[in-house]
Amino acid sequence: MKKKNRKKIKRPAQKKVEEKLVLSRPESMRDIDMHYCAGCGHSIIHRLVCEVIDEFKIRERVIGIAPVGCAVIAYEYWDFDVSEAAHGRTPAVATAIKRVRPDNIVFTYQGDGDLAAIGTAEIIHAANRGENITVIFVNNGVYGMTGGQMAPTTLAGQKTSTTIAGRSLKNDGYPLKIMEMLAVLPGTRYLERVSVHSAQEVFRAKRAIHKAFKTQIENKGFSMVEVLSMCPTYWGMAPVQAAERIKSDVSLFYPIGVVKSY
Amino acid sequence: MSRKILMCGNEACGEGAILAGCKFYAGYPITPQNELIAYMAKRMSEINGVFIQAESELAAISMVFGAAAAGERAMTSSSSPGVSLKQEGISYIAGAQLPCVIVNMQRGGPGLGNIAPGQSDYFQSVKGGGHGDYKVIVFAPSSAQELLDYTFLAFDMADKYRNPVLILGDGLLGQMMEPVTIIKENYKPHVTEKPWALTGCKGRKPNIVRSFFLGEGALEEHNKRLQQKYQTIANSEIRAQIINPKDSEIVVVAYGSVARTAKAAVERARAKGIKAGLIRPISLWPFPSKIIKDASLAGRKKFLVIEMSSGQMVEDVMLAVNGKSEVDFYGRMGGGIPTEEEVLARIEALA
Amino acid sequence: MPKIKINRDRCKGCYLCIVNCPNSLIKIEDKLNAKGVKAAVFSGGKPARLKSKSGLAGKCTGCAMCAIICPEFIIEVYK
Repeated sequence: MKKKNRKKIKRPAQKKVEEKLVLSRPESMRDIDMHYCAGCGHSIIHRLVCEVIDEFKIRERVIGIAPVGCAVIAYEYWDFDVSEAAHGRTPAVATAIKRVRPDNIVFTYQGDGDLAAIGTAEIIHAANRGENITVIFVNNGVYGMTGGQMAPTTLAGQKTSTTIAGRSLKNDGYPLKIMEMLAVLPGTRYLERVSVHSAQEVFRAKRAIHKAFKTQIENKGFSMVEVLSMCPTYWGMAPVQAAERIKSDVSLFYPIGVVKSY
Repeated sequence: MSRKILMCGNEACGEGAILAGCKFYAGYPITPQNELIAYMAKRMSEINGVFIQAESELAAISMVFGAAAAGERAMTSSSSPGVSLKQEGISYIAGAQLPCVIVNMQRGGPGLGNIAPGQSDYFQSVKGGGHGDYKVIVFAPSSAQELLDYTFLAFDMADKYRNPVLILGDGLLGQMMEPVTIIKENYKPHVTEKPWALTGCKGRKPNIVRSFFLGEGALEEHNKRLQQKYQTIANSEIRAQIINPKDSEIVVVAYGSVARTAKAAVERARAKGIKAGLIRPISLWPFPSKIIKDASLAGRKKFLVIEMSSGQMVEDVMLAVNGKSEVDFYGRMGGGIPTEEEVLARIEALA
Repeated sequence: MPKIKINRDRCKGCYLCIVNCPNSLIKIEDKLNAKGVKAAVFSGGKPARLKSKSGLAGKCTGCAMCAIICPEFIIEVYK
């Protein structure tokens, strides 16, 4: 077969399409490995808080208060001023810091033991006083740091290391709906429950955290975001199944949505 | 410019705090210090400070933690059962090296006890009622004037050493009315810079206020630094009143309101020809061990410790004399107050 | 051409990215990474093992759902 005389067609030099990075690590978040388990919601929530702080450009004004719980060393990952607090007393520490430094943006980051068990008095009274602070409440229905014991938000029938046969309503009481309780208080301004079990829910969670911080920045009063989060280790399931559990189980009892707004 | 005011001890304490520039107070009502919280409510609103009647003593001490972390001069007050509640918070404040002032107007205990004065929180105050190896500077005033003066001093001391300072009073001191002289020039607070405070990280690296150190060996290093600090304080902040003539054979040791009774009894004993003296510790931590030890070595044969307790400070006196002298004890408990006659009888029994 | 890069040695193997990719473009690697887990890896345009949600297998659109759900924030998305 005759070889076709192929003329080399000169094509115009192809412009190299610049590849842009779509998302970057927030400035307020340190680039180090986090100690949280695979699939733990804390890692996502830490990042959302940092993204919101960057968006509002308040990194140099922010003072965070870390809890006692898995996130006790949150300050290792946050690149702004942070204080610890005794277990449950986080809203009391935040109250004082905001009262003496009203121009700073003060937020607490608490788990279900910190906020809904040992710290019930402190959260109710900070909310009742209408303190102009923001509370990030991570609800994963279990005490992770100490080995998976029952939390006030553990669901009925849920097995934990202190409810081996599953939470008994008769013996252990009902899961607490703290947000709904706080909504009754006139001092609370903005309360929303969100989740981080899917990318879509993460979008919604970030919007809620954004609105919560905005509430404080605009001096509108007490704001709180409850974030349903995965604890794969102590739910005894893989992260993907844990995320699914929030969708099919946890969020049926703790409905995602705005609880109170303005 | 000087003022002389008839004040109750609780209010004098509060005024000392105001003079020191205290701008944050959180507390919870409990007898016998209710006059103090009411006074702070009034004065804080006058000076545009922050007053919060907290939901509990637990919340109040954590509020003080927060205000101190944010760089403000902060105070809380309570009485024995409420101070028990604060112990965790005080341990955190000591561990995080935050300055603050805590006032305990002691009452009868244990448990709910009664509202009469007591001195049975000495161990709790001096040996550390909370967990961990920490020390709180403890001052024991014995008059309304001293309540004002030592509360004023407490704030400077707290800032200087980044340490909690406890004013250990009792119900008698808190409620008695006495003239208090305030010479304005004498009360100039010493301002300490606080580069470690949480103010927002503008222009600097972020600050972390913490007492939690997980890294290998980190907490031990932290404790060593704390112990060094306590040694520095022990070397420089001992305060005591000594009425101890060279020929004393019996030295009465007492603090707070009991020291006033003891002083009167010592004077009456002297008038009777008994060679008695008095050492009144004003700093209970650091304890004036050396003063007592020196007195013992200088030939004071007998020490008589008087307390409103079953015997707490007496142990520190025994440690100080280290067996070189006899240590006797007389105490009243559960709100009982020693009288001059009782103390004198005890001195006479030893003579 | 949108694509992603997963920092495989920082992956903890939660695989949330895999179920959140609408085009099923992430799969589990066979080898172990520095953390001793089988990291998630971009399958780069070839249909992955899992069933695709959208039915459109094959192309990365740079939607960044993977990066948004990744708890470790170790997925770089390029568009």
